[in-house]
Amino acid sequence: MEDIKEIQRKIYPPMVEGDHTFATVTDKISDVTLKKKTPFHWFIGFGIAFIIAQVLMFTILHLVTTGIGIWGNNQPVGWAFDIINFVWWIGIGHAGTLISAILLLLNQKWRTSINRFAEAMTLFAVACAGMFPLLHTGRPWLAYWMLPYPNTMGMWQNFRSPLMWDVFAVSTYATVSALFWYVGLIPDLATLRDRAKNPYFRFVYAALSWGWRGSARHWHRYEIAYLLLAGISTPLVLSVHSIVSFDFSVAQLPGWHATIFPPYFVAGAIFAGFAMVLILCIPLRHWYRMKDFITHTHLVYMGKVMLATGLIVVYGYMMEAFFGWYSGAQYEVFMIKNRIWEGPYWWSYWLLILCNGMSIQLLWFKRFRESEFWLFMISIVVSIGMWLERFVIIVTSLHRDFLPSSWAMYSPTKFDLSMFLGTLGFFFTLIYLFVRFLPIISIFEVRTLLPDANVHGHHQDFEEMVNEVEIEHIDKGKKIS
Amino acid sequence: MDKKIYGLMAEFDTPTELVDAARQVRDAGYKKTDAFSPFPLHEIDEALGIRRSILPFLVFGGGVVGLLAGLGLQWFTHVWEYPIIVGGRPHFSLPAFIPPAYEMTILFASFTAVFGMLFLNGLPSPYHPVFNVERFALATREKFFLIIEAKDAKYDYEETRKFMESLNPQEVFDVEE
Repeated sequence: MEDIKEIQRKIYPPMVEGDHTFATVTDKISDVTLKKKTPFHWFIGFGIAFIIAQVLMFTILHLVTTGIGIWGNNQPVGWAFDIINFVWWIGIGHAGTLISAILLLLNQKWRTSINRFAEAMTLFAVACAGMFPLLHTGRPWLAYWMLPYPNTMGMWQNFRSPLMWDVFAVSTYATVSALFWYVGLIPDLATLRDRAKNPYFRFVYAALSWGWRGSARHWHRYEIAYLLLAGISTPLVLSVHSIVSFDFSVAQLPGWHATIFPPYFVAGAIFAGFAMVLILCIPLRHWYRMKDFITHTHLVYMGKVMLATGLIVVYGYMMEAFFGWYSGAQYEVFMIKNRIWEGPYWWSYWLLILCNGMSIQLLWFKRFRESEFWLFMISIVVSIGMWLERFVIIVTSLHRDFLPSSWAMYSPTKFDLSMFLGTLGFFFTLIYLFVRFLPIISIFEVRTLLPDANVHGHHQDFEEMVNEVEIEHIDKGKKIS
Repeated sequence: MDKKIYGLMAEFDTPTELVDAARQVRDAGYKKTDAFSPFPLHEIDEALGIRRSILPFLVFGGGVVGLLAGLGLQWFTHVWEYPIIVGGRPHFSLPAFIPPAYEMTILFASFTAVFGMLFLNGLPSPYHPVFNVERFALATREKFFLIIEAKDAKYDYEETRKFMESLNPQEVFDVEE
């Protein structure tokens, strides 16, 4: 009998380890927010992140009082760090929506314990992303000019421009991600409300949970709304990064004007996003002892998704180079040569191939895929690689455009670097606050993963039936051999 | 003793017990009932006779309104208010108008899904009689509750209480208004 259980564990790895009941799951996750003393490492991490976030504040202060001339952007490289960082951040956000929406529709139960903080990561990454184009306008206080409203200037937007599509895509994405995240939080906020001892926290959680009481009728509509949101978010997440890629591919510039851009960008976004989820969840599961919920299996699955999306991205690199040559167009061929070996930025291309193409090949091997250390390291390398990808696409395409007389080199200034570093600090500050004040794992969804959650004696879960058939099968196989 | 009773509430330990009890309550002819659980239970919909919500139709409507609003905005901008030819394309260049209209569809549909769900659920409701039962705080942790409201036509305090006790609950509570 033990053997069968072992085999079954291999076929269907449990998503919650350990002997948990509804009560222990609830206590374990909500105690991080409510009961436990804030751990010392939280203060250290938050402190460092917060100080780095101040770098962002001072950079922005200097920027708005001086102008975007403090950056290294020039002609022809007018889209430098701003758009690199914008695309990098928004790409990271995509894994959150993928986990919460697409994996929900595909009935992947392993999404359940990672969706909450992956969605939080999405929101914070989109907040960081949004800052770059806003500040790139140079006058962020006039950013509302991007929105269509009747104004005394008598001016209207040009909806035929991909940049206008971007305004709609990114603002919709930010709004819908926030809604999705908040709806998922409502039942858990009610749990916190019922467990909080401190009257002030209790009041805040009560207000935020809208008086949720877990009524069957409410759950019924709740689940419909949640599923519909997932269905709506799925095309949304695919459209957002497609539209981001239109910013490039609709332009006539060699190196940007390619039809492969939308799928290649979406795969890259999910690739980068899963890397960031791993970077966040590997330390989290250790520091907050959440290994029962974010199991080894979760990490391995995420490693596999990273490998799959990474290979799509590598295919994208190959196709970019191939079509540069195959097009036979003088400018395209020049761009590819310039990007890969002739130009002054050849090193960035090869570094990119090393980070995104080579490093993930390790994930084919169990030894690396199943080791937390290697997963963490590969995730960091991939994050760097995905940043380099945008650098290569933007800088190497722009710096030598059609007219040699306008060629120029680009190098970032210290304010480019401090701005990017600052958004990292801002991102981690928000992550630390989230970890402190909200449940990092969706409590009510983890409850549904427990065996106790099944209603017995009536209509059985399909999976349960499959399980039973398989146990029988394994049993018979044993007898024959 | 002039407390007004909102209904009678029974507490259960497992979802199976709750669903079994809910079936018996429905078969006994009670209509104004509700169940409370710490996570969504699909079996309870059928057991309590909950009809499918109209929410999906509202969301579809929201999406259609969003689509029309998106197209309408762009038509207004480029055909009516500020007609200007860009790149030799017609004033109403539909292919280029699809992305914003698409995003507006999604935006309106998701707002309808979230606020429609909250509205149909009657939330926010900071006060509800069930919160008067002290043990009800466990409904968001581990316990399962079933309520028969006093408004029900078949409700009779003594009889309903006896019936509820026959369902094998942990305890039966009076829910004060």
